[in-house]
Amino acid sequence: MELTGSIITLTGSIVLFLGALGIFRMPDVYNRMQAGTKATTLGTVLFLIGVSLGHPGCGCQGKIFILIVFILATNPVSSNALARAAHTAGIKLTDRSVKDDLKDDTETGEAK
Amino acid sequence: MRKAKSAFLGVIILFAIWVMLTDTSRQELIFGGATALLIAALFHSRLTVLGDIRLNPKSLLYMVIYVFVFLWELLKSNIDVALRVINPRLPINPGIVKVKTSLKSPLGRAVLANSITLTPGTLTVEMKNDYFYIHWIDVTSDDIEGATKAIVSHFEKYLETIFG
Amino acid sequence: MADTIYNVAAIIALIGIVFTFVRMLLGPTVADRTVALDAMTIIAISVIVYLGYYLNRIIYLDVAIVYALMSFIGVVAVARYIEGKK
Repeated sequence: MELTGSIITLTGSIVLFLGALGIFRMPDVYNRMQAGTKATTLGTVLFLIGVSLGHPGCGCQGKIFILIVFILATNPVSSNALARAAHTAGIKLTDRSVKDDLKDDTETGEAK
Repeated sequence: MRKAKSAFLGVIILFAIWVMLTDTSRQELIFGGATALLIAALFHSRLTVLGDIRLNPKSLLYMVIYVFVFLWELLKSNIDVALRVINPRLPINPGIVKVKTSLKSPLGRAVLANSITLTPGTLTVEMKNDYFYIHWIDVTSDDIEGATKAIVSHFEKYLETIFG
Repeated sequence: MADTIYNVAAIIALIGIVFTFVRMLLGPTVADRTVALDAMTIIAISVIVYLGYYLNRIIYLDVAIVYALMSFIGVVAVARYIEGKK
């Protein structure tokens, strides 16, 4: 049981690490958010599940569960708020982008 | 009826959080139940958004299925992002596309937007009227219909039954 | 055996924190820095929970929950600020 937990934790930490690497390597703020949000969410969930599996005797699995649900619910919300703010503030997409419907619609006044 | 249902759901959710955060001695349970009732009574006008959840057997079954669909998508999206990140050439083709949603309930739309953010290569940037503006890391479809089919359709099937 | 794997996992997560920290220092815009800070906070929450078990201090779990709450509120507040600054 403890070994299973530790392997799940290791998987989670590798996912967290790849997310951090994605934040470091991606070219603009929106792509960084993509890598950051997804990887940190799954990474944290796996990490916490692994840690609580490895230490069953403390009777605080409820708190871990609350923490997991909370992170699953709030992580996308905060990145959505930040992406919207960044776009409203006029932070540009990277040059490799192919299209930007939101900018086009804001200029024509369709997205009101 | 709708108000009573949302207040009832509010009490259940608050009480569940309380039970998980504390231990289960009798005083704790009584105090937590009383607090949950008090909060639901004070804020019942704000809780009406919970009334969008349908409580019938089919919708409860779909909720359970939805959790697994969602976790599977989350796993796929992480493998997708990881492969892009460790590839030295960084294979991305990003852009913001527009998709249309057929969901009416505000809570359903919020859940849909969150699910889109956590699924492969997509991030919700803005919601206006019936349209979501989505940052897509690998744009494969140029028009609204194609993007809608690729991004939101497989979630909407479940969310329409759960939230209406 | 299992303890070693746990320790290795915690160290890998900490190396991740270093990468996000470098992005926070470099990040050309405020939004970049906030994204990096958010990711840093969430990785730190994982490490705090692990430390709580490792040192047998269950109270660290409550710290992690409050930290998650504060980071969410903080990011939303910064987002409002960026949006209004234009």
